[in-house]
Amino acid sequence: MMNDMMTHFDLLQPADLDSALDMLSRHGADAWPLAGGYDSFDWFKNRGKQPGVVIDLEGVEELRGVREGGDGITIGSMTTLAAVEGHPLIRSRYSLLAAASAQVASPQIRNAGTIGGNVCQDTRCWYYRYGMTCYRAGGNTCYAGARGAMNREHAIFGADRCVAVTPSDVAPALVALDAEMIVRSAGRDRVVPAAEFFMQPSVDITRMTVLEPDELLTAIRIPGRWAGADFHFEKVADRKTWDFALVSVAAAMRDIGGVIEDARIVAGAVQCIPRRLTAVEDGVRGRPRNQETAEMAGELAVRGADALDYNHFKIPLLRNLVKRAVRGA
Amino acid sequence: MSERPREFARLAELSGRRNVSRRSFIKGVIATGVSVSAISWFAAPAAAPRQGGARGSVGRLVTLQVNGRTRRVDVLPQETLAMTLRYKLGLTGTKLGCDRAECGACTVMIDGVAHYSCSTLTHRVRDREITTVEGLEGPGGELHPVQSAFIEELGPQCGFCTPGQVMAAAALLRANPDPTREEARRAMSGNLCRCGAYDHYLNGVMRAARTGSTAVTEVSHA
Ligand SMILES: Cc1cc2nc3c(=O)[nH]c(=O)nc-3n(C[C@H](O)[C@H](O)[C@H](O)COP(=O)(O)OP(=O)(O)OC[C@H]3O[C@@H](n4cnc5c(N)ncnc54)[C@H](O)[C@@H]3O)c2cc1C
Ligand code: SF4
Ligand code: FES
Ligand code: FES
Repeated sequence: MMNDMMTHFDLLQPADLDSALDMLSRHGADAWPLAGGYDSFDWFKNRGKQPGVVIDLEGVEELRGVREGGDGITIGSMTTLAAVEGHPLIRSRYSLLAAASAQVASPQIRNAGTIGGNVCQDTRCWYYRYGMTCYRAGGNTCYAGARGAMNREHAIFGADRCVAVTPSDVAPALVALDAEMIVRSAGRDRVVPAAEFFMQPSVDITRMTVLEPDELLTAIRIPGRWAGADFHFEKVADRKTWDFALVSVAAAMRDIGGVIEDARIVAGAVQCIPRRLTAVEDGVRGRPRNQETAEMAGELAVRGADALDYNHFKIPLLRNLVKRAVRGA
Repeated sequence: MSERPREFARLAELSGRRNVSRRSFIKGVIATGVSVSAISWFAAPAAAPRQGGARGSVGRLVTLQVNGRTRRVDVLPQETLAMTLRYKLGLTGTKLGCDRAECGACTVMIDGVAHYSCSTLTHRVRDREITTVEGLEGPGGELHPVQSAFIEELGPQCGFCTPGQVMAAAALLRANPDPTREEARRAMSGNLCRCGAYDHYLNGVMRAARTGSTAVTEVSHA
């Protein structure tokens, strides 16, 4: 057990956001923001990452809670997944997000794991997590993409040297809901659409999000656009608890008299970022919500998919999940 | 969250700044009622030289509320609650299975909610009520309804996962004294049992719900 102990870090516990941002800018790349810790502690215990300073965001009240305002809601980044899942407003108007949060990890993890940490978490490619110096870790090879490698969980779209996938169940739901990520650093505020928050390996292979080291995700705003729409979230994993998605699909649809007026369909765990299926969205708009449209949607969803040695199954899986989402299960 | 830890954090932060004297730090500590004796303050850096130059880190001697008792303990910044409970406070009822948030053996209640203690920093729970399996007994030493029900339903086989199962079940019944079997299954889904006694445990949870979990009085909340 002693081998598993985390190495020393200085633990800072700011009481408000300004102090947290100040600490973050002061300590630069040596600092690690800590939310629920369910991604972080794995890294620390495995000694994959050894930050000198950990900034515990738990005491920053401003980052917690769900507020109604404008035409939508704003969720503080430190709000736990259990609180998101149980919030009456989210359950009634944005149940897609409640459904996705409810599928994350295990009950105990949802009691402490946060929505901000969930969308900022690093990929779960096992080669990378166990400390191999692959491209993502600054090296010059990809172990998972090699012939015969363990790549059952990896990408079928958008690979660029790295074939890792987004691990988050919440992220596809946020992209489907057109969420906006509120980002702050000591000197700057910015708002990033959820669809642009996640980082493609072709742009920066060492990061999962657009966050700079001195920035915090402070809140997630969900506009009213899709409130009360017809939602569908489905995740397939090896076990019901603890396991990351092999494929997930989050869909928001509106139909008038059985004809699809508009749709947002996003897949998780098939690419490094949540994959918005725009071809499917365009294809189903204006069509009746029936089996035929669903079949077409399934085919459009997998067009261009490129399997590795052990993840061919993800192609029919994605096709079927999209079919079910469009048909209305 | 109460004011104390935040105040403590602020003071700890101040203490790291060069322009704040150690004396004013100690005065501040006394003023806010955080019980750090001068001896421990001066002794701590010597005991852990790597902490000496830390700017703004947490203090080491902390006060925890565990099973209704106040416990003073010296805690490293990176220490998990499971480590503190087992190896500093002698509360070995809490088990460590995976130390990676993947088994549930380390489940405890923090303010009545189930958490994995292997993945909780002790410094995070300074002002919280921590309940371990040792703290579930009634005032006369009687078993918690969940414990009795688990015995009745032959829940444990090897018993290693049992304290975690008991804590997950007790936390569920605090929040929802009358769960459906499906709700109970879901609430217990964060606890692995290598002996596969899941249905027995589930029967136990349902029995405990029937036999009056409402009468539960955890020592720490009495
Ligand atoms: C056994 C296990 C199973 C899991 N299964 C699933 C699953 O099925 N689905 C799923 O989606 N997730 C799963 N997870 C991941 C888990 O849900 C996430 O690790 C968790 O949600 C991350 O949130 P956290 O609050 O614990 O983050 P932390 O670990 O505290 O943080 C994660 C990362 O984000 C950064 N960060 C956190 N908050 C902010 C912020 N506000 N601003 C900037 N950066 C920030 C941290 O610095 C860190 O790099 C699992 C984890 C474990 C351990
Ligand atoms: S898939 Fe990405 S993270 Fe995994 S080994 Fe290849 S480069 Fe590294
Ligand atoms: S020891 Fe904490 S979950 Fe396994
Ligand atoms: S009783 Fe043996 S692990 Fe559950």
